Amino acid sequence: MKSCLVVDDSKVIRKVARHILETMNFEVREAGDGREALDSCLASPPDVVLLDWNMPVMSGMDFLRALGDSGVTQRPKVVFCTTENGMAHIRAAIEAGADEYVMKPFDRETLESKLQIVGIA
Amino acid sequence: MNMENITPDPSMQVMGALSVLSALLEQETGQQISPMRTGRIEAALKPLMRDRRIASLDDLATVIVTGADRELETLAVEAMLNQETSFFRDAAVMDQAIDVLLTLMADAGERRLRVWCAGCSTGQEPYSLAILLSERLANSDKPFPDIIATDVSACALNRARQGRYSSFEIQRGMPVRRMVSWFDTEGESWVARPELRKRIRYLHCNLVADMPPAGPFDLILCRNVLFYFALPIRRRIFEMIAGNMRPEALLLLGAGETVIGQTQRLQPSPRFRGFYSLMANA
Ligand SMILES: C[S@@+](CC[C@H](N)C(=O)[O-])C[C@H]1O[C@@H](n2cnc3c(N)ncnc32)[C@H](O)[C@@H]1O
Ligand SMILES: [Mg+2]
Repeated sequence: MKSCLVVDDSKVIRKVARHILETMNFEVREAGDGREALDSCLASPPDVVLLDWNMPVMSGMDFLRALGDSGVTQRPKVVFCTTENGMAHIRAAIEAGADEYVMKPFDRETLESKLQIVGIA
Repeated sequence: MNMENITPDPSMQVMGALSVLSALLEQETGQQISPMRTGRIEAALKPLMRDRRIASLDDLATVIVTGADRELETLAVEAMLNQETSFFRDAAVMDQAIDVLLTLMADAGERRLRVWCAGCSTGQEPYSLAILLSERLANSDKPFPDIIATDVSACALNRARQGRYSSFEIQRGMPVRRMVSWFDTEGESWVARPELRKRIRYLHCNLVADMPPAGPFDLILCRNVLFYFALPIRRRIFEMIAGNMRPEALLLLGAGETVIGQTQRLQPSPRFRGFYSLMANA
C-alpha cells in the first residue's frame, strides 16, 4: 500500500484529500504545518507528500528546503497543492525541487493524474 | 415555408425524444450512443435547452423532427458528442508514437513527414504530440512533421485552435514542467504558446461524410473515435484511412480498439507493436 502525507493547515482540505486518496487505496497521514510534516517524514518517509504552500509555523517552501537538507534516506515525491496558481510560484516550486503541482481547487481526476505522473498511483 | 419540412415524419413521431436525438447523432456523425451514456444525454443538452428556452427533451426533439432549425440541430449534435480527452492520454503509447515518427523520419531523409490526428477533440492530443516532438527534435535539423488535426465538432476545433484550457483541463495528464514551458497564463486560463500552436493545422472533417484531409500520411492517430460507430461505418472509415496512408505508414487507435476482423486493408504492424499498417498487396 502506498502512503501519502497530506500537509495542509486547513482541516477541510485534509479531509477532502484523505477521502480521495483512501478511495485510491493510499494509506494517509496528516500534518497541519511544515514542521509537523518534517517530523513525520523523518520518523518514517511516506511515498508522496501533498503539500500546501501557506501554513503557520513552517510554510510548504520551507518544508521542501528543510526536507532536502534533512538527509532523509528515502526522499518522498513532493506534490504541491496550493491556491498559489501563478507562473512565478509554480516555477519557484519546481526550482525548489517539487515533483509536481496541483492547483486548488482540485478534483479527484487532477490528483490521480498528478500522482500517476510522479509514478506513485 | 415548405409544408413537407414542418410536418413531422410519422415514423419519428412514435419514437421517444431520446431515440430521435440519438438517431440524429448517428445520422450526422455515425456515433451510436451506448446504453451507458443515454442517461447523460439530457444533462449534455441542458445548457443548449436553457439557452434556447426549450423546456423539455420532447420539445427539443419536436423542433428537430420538423427540420426547421438546422443550427439547433448542429448544436444538439455537438452537445451529444463524447469529447472526453486529456493531455498525453495513454502516455506510454504517445511516447511510442514519437519513437515511430523518429524511426520513419530517419528513413525519410529530407522529406517532411505528415501526421493526421483524426478526431482531435479540443486539441489535447495534437498539442501533446507537438510538445513531445519539439522536445525530441530540439537539436535536430530534420524538418518538423506537419500535424493536421481534424474533428467533426466546430466548437471543439475552435477551442483547439485557441489552445486555451481551464486549470482542470490543463492539469489532466500534463506534467507541470511541460505546462510552464509550453503554456502562458491568461487570467485563470492556460494558453498554448504561439510556437506550439503554429505546429498544428486544424481542419473540419466529418469522417463519415467528408473527404479526408489531403494525404498521404505517415502516421495517423484515430484514438477513441471509432468505438461507437456501427461496424459497416467503421469498415468504411478504415478503408478511407488506409487509402490515405503511405505504404510504410502507421495507424494508431485508442486502447482497446482494433482493426482486426473489421477491414481487409489493415493489419497489426509487424514492425511496431500496438500500431497498424497496410496489408501487403491488399
Ligand atoms: C472521445 S474524443 C477522443 C479525442 C482524442 N482522439 C483522444 O483520444 O483523447 C472523440 C472525438 O471524435 C470526434 N468525432 C466523433 N464522430 C466523428 C466523426 N464522424 N468525424 C470526425 N470526428 C468525430 C468527436 O467530436 C470527439 O472530439
Ligand atoms: Mg494553507
